[in-house]
Amino acid sequence: MTDNKQPAGSSFWNDTGKTGITSWIFSTDHKRIGLLYFYSTFGFFLVGVLLGLLLRIELMAPGRTIMGAQTYNALFTVHGVVMIFLFIIPGFQGSFGNLVMPIQIGARDVSFPRLNLFSWWLYMGGAAIILTSLFTGGGPPDTGWTFYVPFSARTGTNVSLAVLGVFVVGFSSILTGLNFVTTIHRLRAEGMTWGRLPLFVWSLYATAWVQILATPILAITLVLVMAERLLGTGLFDPSKGGDPLMYQHLFWIYSHPAVYIMILPAMGVISDVIPVFSRKPIFGYKFIAFSSLAIAAFGSLVWGHHMFVSGMSDTAILVFSFLTFIVAIPSAIKVFNWVSTLYKGSISLEAPMLFALSFILLFSIGGLSGLILGAAATDVHVHDTHFVVGHFHYVIFGGSGFAFFAAMHYWLPKFYGRRYAEKPALIAWALMFTGFNIMYFTMQVLGMKGMPRRYYDYLPEFANLNLLATVGSWILAAGMVIMLVNLFRGLWWGVPFEGNPWGGATLEWSIPTPPPTENFVEEPTVTHGPYDFKGTGKP
Amino acid sequence: MNEQHHIVSYRILVGIWLALLALTALTVGITRLELGGYKVLAALTIACVKAWLVISIFMHMKYEGRLLRWLLFLTLVTLAIFIGLTFFDVLYR
Amino acid sequence: MSHAAHKDYAGAKLGMWLFLFTELLLFGGLFLLYAVYFKRYPHEFAAGGKQLDWAMGTANTAILLTSSLCAAIAVTAVQRCELRRAVWLIGGTIFCAAGFMVIKYVEWSTKIGHGIYPGSAHLKEGPLGESIFFSLYFMTTGIHGLHVLIGGALLAIIALKVRSGEVTGENYVLLENGALYWHLVDLIWIFIFPLYYLIL
Repeated sequence: MTDNKQPAGSSFWNDTGKTGITSWIFSTDHKRIGLLYFYSTFGFFLVGVLLGLLLRIELMAPGRTIMGAQTYNALFTVHGVVMIFLFIIPGFQGSFGNLVMPIQIGARDVSFPRLNLFSWWLYMGGAAIILTSLFTGGGPPDTGWTFYVPFSARTGTNVSLAVLGVFVVGFSSILTGLNFVTTIHRLRAEGMTWGRLPLFVWSLYATAWVQILATPILAITLVLVMAERLLGTGLFDPSKGGDPLMYQHLFWIYSHPAVYIMILPAMGVISDVIPVFSRKPIFGYKFIAFSSLAIAAFGSLVWGHHMFVSGMSDTAILVFSFLTFIVAIPSAIKVFNWVSTLYKGSISLEAPMLFALSFILLFSIGGLSGLILGAAATDVHVHDTHFVVGHFHYVIFGGSGFAFFAAMHYWLPKFYGRRYAEKPALIAWALMFTGFNIMYFTMQVLGMKGMPRRYYDYLPEFANLNLLATVGSWILAAGMVIMLVNLFRGLWWGVPFEGNPWGGATLEWSIPTPPPTENFVEEPTVTHGPYDFKGTGKP
Repeated sequence: MNEQHHIVSYRILVGIWLALLALTALTVGITRLELGGYKVLAALTIACVKAWLVISIFMHMKYEGRLLRWLLFLTLVTLAIFIGLTFFDVLYR
Repeated sequence: MSHAAHKDYAGAKLGMWLFLFTELLLFGGLFLLYAVYFKRYPHEFAAGGKQLDWAMGTANTAILLTSSLCAAIAVTAVQRCELRRAVWLIGGTIFCAAGFMVIKYVEWSTKIGHGIYPGSAHLKEGPLGESIFFSLYFMTTGIHGLHVLIGGALLAIIALKVRSGEVTGENYVLLENGALYWHLVDLIWIFIFPLYYLIL
């Protein structure tokens, strides 16, 4: 993993004198664990991308293109499970949360460093179980990532093992969450008051609470699905008196808040990047901070909007539809504050900023299309169509994914001490942004026209738009290849990255690059806010 | 790092234990009577009192700072909301 | 390297409480299902609940309360540097845990002997709600029993650490957290007991 390519000088890469593979996979240093998480989650992201591209190729033309129905079912299930449970949920907290958060609050490490390492091992264990489920037993699960009963209780594919893997990954997520809440409460440096926390830390704090309070519900639900399959408990089986809708309730009690596990840290990244590249303090710090908590809170009340056409009671539809609109308020507060930060700022369009700006646009499109789904009446029309697929990819890929890329371009040079070339990064961004919109906007149009999701085949009238979406996926993939080659070539062999070239005011920019093992030579005393750019070296 | 730890005396702990046993006897007694729906209410009320005794004395919550108490409250409210909102479906279906 | 740097007592306890919150919500999911199905099948639940032995349930309640008392006294004992007494008290907790599991075993095996277990032919013939009741009963008490076993094992390890001098009157957060976990197991049972054995 590591070698002599790192810049001379002492940093967490070499200052303990240990650089072998075991010094990484058994390290309790939050930065090493952060990079472990980064490479493992990002590796799974690439697997998910590959599966997604295959799905798009299958949908390129009507009828069987490269795979049959069963293969397609398995592929979209695995694509969903990998992307959600192995990439985007553990990704932000695990990689950038671990890398940056302790430094941003002025701590030497998280509260429970060994538990942190254990979380990563649990994550890897869960991932291994999920991967095993693909190649053993009755073959890869074909239920969709939601594991809906009664199908998931009856299908002969290897659902039990996949569910067990997700359970283990969920446990890892819980442990990371409680570690982060404790860390943020206990280990802030002197002067790092709650009002001086970087907004990324605020967003991680809100996320960690969702992980703590919602994930156990998923855990028990998955245990019950396993019991359903192995013991025949019948709790979700109508023929034994159970109610399949209770599965959907329990599943979405977790999985809707889980959407905020995915998007909140992304919003935090954006809130950190935009002021730095606008050379202006963030507009409405308190509103952004508290809207993170508000999103976490209200987001836990709206799970029923996934069930409008399931046969749930009309009263519940009314209540959940109403509550869903409330979540739009804190989200909109954030968007307006970011845009206000840009106003009259001295904007420099470097790679992290471009990804951050595109986040605002893509997240807004995704969020607004979410309102169409959140209103019960319009949802009936577009439910289970490609409109939904387009919607959540706008939010999770266009939102969280692009924020992840922004974070990669913003923070990884800090930890490698080398940087990528700017121009290829811009080209990559342009390609990805174009391809993304061609692909997913087309999907939303297709959904409006009535193309259902989760079928390998479709009516001939959808052919042209599907071809367009598939071409979009190739443009997106091409951009991603350029981005990855440029980024990693830069991180390993690029020009040195030193000091504070972008003039960030959060604490990570005040320590050496790459940081030493315990981050701070002496415990810092914080005397200014996270977006107070006076004296950061840039006008 | 010189936090003051409250030490709960043996006498208080044993007293709480006796109270818990008495409440257990009470709840068994009450639910043997034919009270219909009220016995559900009575049994759950007694269970909540017992839980409160365990949390505040055995688990030292009475001697903790405000933070833990608020967080516990937050957790219980969350659970109540999860159950409550589900009943918008269950009651009106 | 860093855990020797400082002992954050309040942090360790905060972390433990956060973990207990997750346990509360885990069982919360089961209680949610109980509430929903109780509302749907009140008569079948009553019929099922009458088949459970309330005397055994009461005995187990008393045993768990006593085990919790032992764990709480053990914490006080360690705080007063009475380490030998603390080890004995933890032993008492584990003894009670074993007693709890024995009674649970008798209950379960009697039920299974009568052909009552999830997916059994006997339950398939009976009313739908009764099969749901017993499935919930076995899942809830089963997961609770698993927690008793884990808690017992945890306390056994901690007792060894008290004896070896790793847990002392100045450094007892491990014991306190272990005891907290044990009280949670008790706490869950305080609700399982009336819901399954008494009110039906």
